[in-house]
Amino acid sequence: MNLLAVPRAALVASALMILLPLVVPGWIVFILTKVLFMSIAVMGVSVLLRGGLLTFGHALYYATGAYAVGFSVKWFGVQELLLLVPLGALSGLIMAALVGLIMARYREVFFAMLNLAFSMILFGALLKFYWVTGGTDGLAIGTATLLGIELPGDGFGYYYFSLAIAGVVTLVVYRFMASPAGYFLRALYDNEIRIEYSGVAVRQIIYRTYLLAGTLGGVSGVLAAFTIGHIVPEDAFWIQSGEFVFIALLGGFGGLPGPLMGALVYEFLQTYASKYFPLAWQMMMGIVMLLIILFQPGGLWAIYQRVEHRLGRRARGGENS
Amino acid sequence: MAKIPEKTSILRTVDVNRSFGMVTAADNLNIEVGQGELVGIVGANGSGKTTFLNLITGYLRPESGRIQVMGRDTIGLPPRLVTKLGVARSFQIPQLYTNMSVLEGMLLSLAATSGKGTGIWKPLYRESWTAEGLDTLERFGLASYANRPVSELPEGGRKLLDIALSFALKPKLLLMDEPTSGVSIEDKFQVMDTLAKVLQEGEITTIFVEHDMDVIQRYSRRVLVFETGRVIADGEPERVMADPEVRKAVLGRV
Repeated sequence: MNLLAVPRAALVASALMILLPLVVPGWIVFILTKVLFMSIAVMGVSVLLRGGLLTFGHALYYATGAYAVGFSVKWFGVQELLLLVPLGALSGLIMAALVGLIMARYREVFFAMLNLAFSMILFGALLKFYWVTGGTDGLAIGTATLLGIELPGDGFGYYYFSLAIAGVVTLVVYRFMASPAGYFLRALYDNEIRIEYSGVAVRQIIYRTYLLAGTLGGVSGVLAAFTIGHIVPEDAFWIQSGEFVFIALLGGFGGLPGPLMGALVYEFLQTYASKYFPLAWQMMMGIVMLLIILFQPGGLWAIYQRVEHRLGRRARGGENS
Repeated sequence: MAKIPEKTSILRTVDVNRSFGMVTAADNLNIEVGQGELVGIVGANGSGKTTFLNLITGYLRPESGRIQVMGRDTIGLPPRLVTKLGVARSFQIPQLYTNMSVLEGMLLSLAATSGKGTGIWKPLYRESWTAEGLDTLERFGLASYANRPVSELPEGGRKLLDIALSFALKPKLLLMDEPTSGVSIEDKFQVMDTLAKVLQEGEITTIFVEHDMDVIQRYSRRVLVFETGRVIADGEPERVMADPEVRKAVLGRV
C-alpha cells in the first residue's frame, strides 16, 4: 500500500472541509455543521461497534451534553464555548462512568437494550421535570461566544469551531484505536477467551471504550445545542440513537473516516429526499440501508478503501512497467 | 511414585476433587510440579486431563482441596488473575485473534504482561514490543507470517501461535492442551522440537496434555497418567509405560 496515500487523502478531505463553506450557500453550511456534530457522536457509536457492542441508546450522552449547555445558559448565563465544550464532555464522561459500571457487564442484545433503557429514562425525566427542563417545549440556547466574542450569526463560526473540535476528536479516537486498549477492543469482537487468558480485564476494556463514547456524545450534544439553537427531550429519544447507528453502518465503522462519510451522505440524503419525496423519504432511507447491508456491509468507508486499493495497485503497476 | 525433584515448587495441588454429576473428573489429586519440569499428561478421553488444566487456571472451581501456584492459593481466582500470577495456557482449539496480524496478537500479549493492556493513549506498536514480538515469532518459526493475517496460518502454525501468545506472557508455568493435535504426523515432531527448545531456553515449567506416547517419551522425563480423574502413575515415561495397567488405561491394550 502506498504509505503516502492515507495522509494525502486526509489532507484533501481536510482542505475540502475548510474551503467548502466559502463557496456553498448558507443553508448548506448549516447542514455541514450538522454533519460534523453528528459524526462526533457517531464516532463514539462506531468505536463501540468495533468491539461488537451495539448501542440503541447513545442519545443519552448526546442529550446529556445538550442539556448541560441548556442549564448553563438558563441558570448561569454561560454561553462560552471554551467552557461549555469541556463541560459537555465532562457531563458525558460522568454519565458514562456511572452507567458504564452496569454496561461493562453486558454484551450483544442486552448491551443494546440496556443503553436504550437508560436513554429512555432520561427522555422521561426531561419530559416529567418540565419546571426544570422546559418539558416538551425544551430550552432555547441562544448564541454562543468564543473567548467572549459572539459568534457571527451566519453559521460560519459554528461550522469552523465544530470542524476544529471534530479534528481534535478524530485525533483522540485515532490514538485510542492504535493503543493496546483499542486493539483489545477489536479482539473482544474476535476472541474474548484469549483476552481473559492474557490477564487483561475485558470489563476494563469495555468500560474505557464506553467512557470515550459517552464523552464524544456529550461533546456532540454541546455543538448540536448551539447549532440548532434549541434543545428538546427528543434529543434523548431512541429515534435519535437509531440515527447514530444508521449513520455508523452507512459510513462503516471499520475505519476512522466512516462516521464523517456516513453523516455527509445521511444529512444530504435526508435533506434532498425529504425535499423531493416528502412522503417517502423514510422509505428512501430504508432502501439505502438495505442496499448497504446487502451489498456493502463495510459501509461507504469500505467502498472508498476498495477504490483506493485498486488505484494504488494501478499506480504501482505503472511504476513497474 | 516418582520422586519429587528438590526444586522450587511451582504447582502444588492437595486433595483436589471435582465431579460433574455422576462423573468424577478430579479424584483426590495430589500433584507437585517443580521449577523447570516438562511434565506430560496422558489418559483416555474423559479421564480428566483438560479438567485438570481448567482447575489450575481457575476456569473450574474444585469442590474441595487446595491449589497453589508458587506457594499462593489460587482457588476462587478467575482465569484472568491466575494468569497474572504467572500461569498461561494454550488450547486444544487455538484461541487466536483471527482478524489481526500475527504480530499484533503477539504485541497484545506483550502489552498485557507489561500491565499496559488497557492503556488508551500510547500506541500498541512500540519499538521494544515489536522487537520482542518478532524475536518470539522467530523462535517459534513464525517470523515470515508476522505481518500476515492470522487467518492465513496453516493449522500447525495456528497451534504454534496459540502457544507463542501464551509464551509471550512470560509465564512461570505454561499449560498446553494437546499442542500437537490437529498437526500432521510428519509435522508433529517438528512442532515439538521447536517447542521443547523454546521452553528450555526460557526455563519455563510446562505441563502438556498429549495423546501420543511417542511424543511424551521423546520430550518429557515425567509423565502423569490419568484415569477417571485419578493419577494412576507418575514417573519416567519408560518405566510408567512398562506397567501393563497403565498401558491398558492409555492404549486400551496391554
